[in-house]
Amino acid sequence: MSAPAIEISGLTKDYPSGFWRKRMRRSLDDLSLQVEDGEVFGFLGPNGAGKTTTLKLLMGLIFPTSGTARIRGRSIDDVAMHRDIGYLPEQPYFYDYLTARELLDYYARFFGYSAGERRERVERFLDRVGLASTAHIQLRKFSKGMLQRAGIAQAILHDPQVIFLDEPMSGLDPVGRREVRDIILELKEQGRTVFFSTHILSDAEMLCDRVAVLVGGKLQGVGSPNELVSMQVTGMEILFELPEGCALPSVLTGRAARAGTRYRIEVPEVELYKALDLLRDSEARILSVQPLRPTLEDFFFGLVNREKSANHATEVETR
Amino acid sequence: MSASPIALPGVVAVNTFREAVRDRVLYNLIFFALMMIAAAILVGQISIGIEHLVIINLGLSAISLFGLIMAIFIGVGLVYKEMEKRTLYSLLAKPVRRWQFLVGKYAGLLLTLIVNTSFMTLGLLAALLYVGHGHFGGPTIPILVAVYFILLELALVTALALFFSCFSSPMLSTLFTLGIYITGVFAQDIRDFGEVTGKSGLGAMTRVIYYFLPNFHNFNAIAAASHGDPIPVPLIAQNTLYAFLYVTVILLASATVFSRRNLK
Repeated sequence: MSAPAIEISGLTKDYPSGFWRKRMRRSLDDLSLQVEDGEVFGFLGPNGAGKTTTLKLLMGLIFPTSGTARIRGRSIDDVAMHRDIGYLPEQPYFYDYLTARELLDYYARFFGYSAGERRERVERFLDRVGLASTAHIQLRKFSKGMLQRAGIAQAILHDPQVIFLDEPMSGLDPVGRREVRDIILELKEQGRTVFFSTHILSDAEMLCDRVAVLVGGKLQGVGSPNELVSMQVTGMEILFELPEGCALPSVLTGRAARAGTRYRIEVPEVELYKALDLLRDSEARILSVQPLRPTLEDFFFGLVNREKSANHATEVETR
Repeated sequence: MSASPIALPGVVAVNTFREAVRDRVLYNLIFFALMMIAAAILVGQISIGIEHLVIINLGLSAISLFGLIMAIFIGVGLVYKEMEKRTLYSLLAKPVRRWQFLVGKYAGLLLTLIVNTSFMTLGLLAALLYVGHGHFGGPTIPILVAVYFILLELALVTALALFFSCFSSPMLSTLFTLGIYITGVFAQDIRDFGEVTGKSGLGAMTRVIYYFLPNFHNFNAIAAASHGDPIPVPLIAQNTLYAFLYVTVILLASATVFSRRNLK
């Protein structure tokens, strides 16, 4: 049986804070999780949750206070493991005196490709991220979105098996975001593992096989987006139109939201048929009826608010 | 497939050299060239008979000074800038060890200094040819040895600057490197001072400074070169070995510090 793509066990990171009296601030608290080969794994959390800290620990940019991690069965201390991984840092910054072509060529040299193979790869990946026509321009003249594309190209240039992307959609326009989504899906089709952090929940919901939610350095939940958000129906949404001169039933007036001639109401599941009967009596034209389920966003905000409340309670206790 | 461990510092070195060239660091050569041209024209008019001595003195001192400024001011930012700008993040995610990165940065700046010094030496020789009406007017070997000593000195200063760059800000690194350089230039005098006072405690302290800090005094062969005195081969061997060992120790210390450094 092959090793999991990523195996994190009890990873903890404390940072010293304060100028005179050094106190330790816990940025990541006993994180344990496993990502299987070929998964697209979303790492969700608000700013300061510990997402970037986790990625930096996995890349060996910082060292854990305690805990271990392995990537494809190899310890993160093993530099040879870096042949199998690609990494896009958050808000990437590159040598701005280089052109995009030179940058990719520079990074490709660390993998020992021949000059011909390097050239071929560089051109292929420049084209893949849409930078072929601007490959001769120095990076100091690049926009944020173009830098992000260059960053993605350098992360996948050597065909790594596990790709870590820290906020890959950040700074991209809708077209750019769509292209990144396509790249992630393409990598998945090729059997690669993609581990990406984001706070754009719709992206995670659309792309991820599983997600983990991190709040305040602590793991709050891991699972598929469907597992995390309950399948239980919380209500029913009815969209309808009212013909000219017809009035909305008074029982529904307070609940309806109007946009032009269209109305939208949310009713409890048990009241659905009663509401439909009332609308039929009012000669309303029903456009759609669909169940309401909590989204990943609801789940996410629920966790963030719970954590905030817990912190507030702790502060109150210590006063 | 992977690059050989020895090739990787070379990849970093070439990029460091390219950065220096694109950041127009070598523009200082223009100032040097202008200075040499002005000196060659002026010296011929005001120092009859000792033109060569003055030109060699001035030229070698300028080569040393320009090199020192580059070694310190670029050296202190070698690692710090990469950490601050976070260009290190994507680099260290590649199969490259931190010591390989450090050695590469060091070699890249050294390469820049060698190229810079070589061009300045050519400028100096051209100025000598001008004042000698087509002749160097003296032995060129001592001049080349003096330039070689300057390069050894720059290799040491660069290593020191890189070391401090691994854990402190450019401002502090500049102060530390400059402080050690100045102390190292006067290392001999400091030891002699300790012995002259006759106080055993002070004598011991100045001896420790003398042996612990790099002795830059031995690398100064400008006076000998300007008078055309031959520089003994054992001194060349001694200085080469001294610089090599000292640089190795400093680079090892830098690698040790940097290998456990958390990148912010």
